[in-house]
Amino acid sequence: MPKVNFIEPDGTEHCFDAVPGTSVMSVAFDNGLPGIDADCGGMCACGTCHVYVDKDWMGWIAASTEEEQQMLAFAEGVEERSRLSCQITLTDQLDGLRVYIPESQH
Amino acid sequence: MDNLTDVNSGERLPDPWTLPLATLDPSDGRLFQTGQHHDYFRRLRQEDPVHWSPTGPTGGYWSITKYHDIMAVDRNHKVFSSDKHIIIGDQPVDFLPTNFIAKDPPVHDVQRKAANPAVAPTRVRELEVIMRGRIGAVLDSLPVGEPFDWVDKVSIELTTQMLATLFDFPWEDRRLLPYWSDAVTSTELVGNSNLSEEAREKILMECLVYFQELWVQRAAEPPKFDFISLLAHNPDTKDMIQDPMDFLGNLILLIVGGNDTSRNSMSGGVYFLNRNPGEFAKLKQDPSLVPNMVSEIIRYQTPLAHMRRTALEDIEFGGKLIKRGDRVVMWYTSGNRDEEVIVDPDRFWIDRPNARQHLSFGFGIHRCMGNRVAEMQIRVLWEEFLKRFSDVTLVSEPRRVQSNFVLGYETMPVVLTKLEA
Repeated sequence: MPKVNFIEPDGTEHCFDAVPGTSVMSVAFDNGLPGIDADCGGMCACGTCHVYVDKDWMGWIAASTEEEQQMLAFAEGVEERSRLSCQITLTDQLDGLRVYIPESQH
Repeated sequence: MDNLTDVNSGERLPDPWTLPLATLDPSDGRLFQTGQHHDYFRRLRQEDPVHWSPTGPTGGYWSITKYHDIMAVDRNHKVFSSDKHIIIGDQPVDFLPTNFIAKDPPVHDVQRKAANPAVAPTRVRELEVIMRGRIGAVLDSLPVGEPFDWVDKVSIELTTQMLATLFDFPWEDRRLLPYWSDAVTSTELVGNSNLSEEAREKILMECLVYFQELWVQRAAEPPKFDFISLLAHNPDTKDMIQDPMDFLGNLILLIVGGNDTSRNSMSGGVYFLNRNPGEFAKLKQDPSLVPNMVSEIIRYQTPLAHMRRTALEDIEFGGKLIKRGDRVVMWYTSGNRDEEVIVDPDRFWIDRPNARQHLSFGFGIHRCMGNRVAEMQIRVLWEEFLKRFSDVTLVSEPRRVQSNFVLGYETMPVVLTKLEA
């Protein structure tokens, strides 16, 4: 069972178990983690589950789609490591994944 | 059971279940004044969720009434275009202000990105400090123990102050903003006949002229975080003033977007809490429920009833064939009451689980840009209210707007009770 690590803007870390096939967003949401709003429920349609992926993990995650890039374009503080966490599907390969939660969602 | 929260005086139209399904047209503005639109949409969700009405303000249109179908249309901007028209009726081609909500990528993206910093989270935190002081001052100025109009004294005043701040608009002239906004939304195209098209265009041209002067000033000054300054200094939008209809259109978008929406949620909250005293008691007991209540108010009110798209190609959707060129109306007000997605949807429930997952802001690339500003000002209003007052009581039924687009209130007489020290 893959584990995911979330790091809040103040440095607080949270580690949760995830069922393979679920998204990073739903792990955060189901555990009531603040800072991931997920207003559209995981449809890549609101841009409120923005996270920064740890640079060591970037190479392990499937590239973003055009739809994801379009939604991310209107988020605040977007950089190369920015992803919508509803679009990252967890597998055993991603066991130990680290993602950083931004200051706020737009 | 009758939905008490939607009872209102006004001319009632036929019960939807007495009409042939094929003739059902939910676009009559009067339906939204009485709350009957909820019955019309309930029948459509049950019997014909993707529904063709041959009649409409400017011709036939599809009604999309279920939550997930609305989400699917909103996400698919490649087939369901926002080009030119985003309300149910077509605007006349000889007076067609354009703006980024009524455009597809790439122009949409460029203009939206230019205006976006004015309402981005970092800026919203600064605005909250400014607005908390102003909201407190407005609340402190209200009469206690005697009737007044909540719409005028609170909802319009606060949204106008917010808008004036976002535009850095001359403070003493700020009531021009809701005056222009109301002119924009008073049109036969959304089932309202308060203004002739000629009178409406005249008012909007006054708006254009006023802002042209403001633009020239801002362009000559160092860049700031107000909408006009952001647009005037961005290399991608600095020539917008050369195209008066594009400039006017974007002004209209930013003014209406920041006006009717928050205004009517500010009034709606008072109405819903009065109709649901148990929820009001819960709120007073636990003010930490305010943020969740704000989302529930925005769902329950759905201040903009619909957005419209135009199909760019034939597409099979919900078992129907939508043809290229057809008008496609996403009824957010219906999707927000979809029994299959929202638990007990007709209930106003301030601690509703997953209250944020409503359709009122839309989804996809046209999702409401100012949603964080809206949530912030409604939240601060209720936080500051609870520090000062123990009650706000409706004196009589509010008068509602006649429109299939703006779901709102013209007047709402109330009386305030001060919190016992």
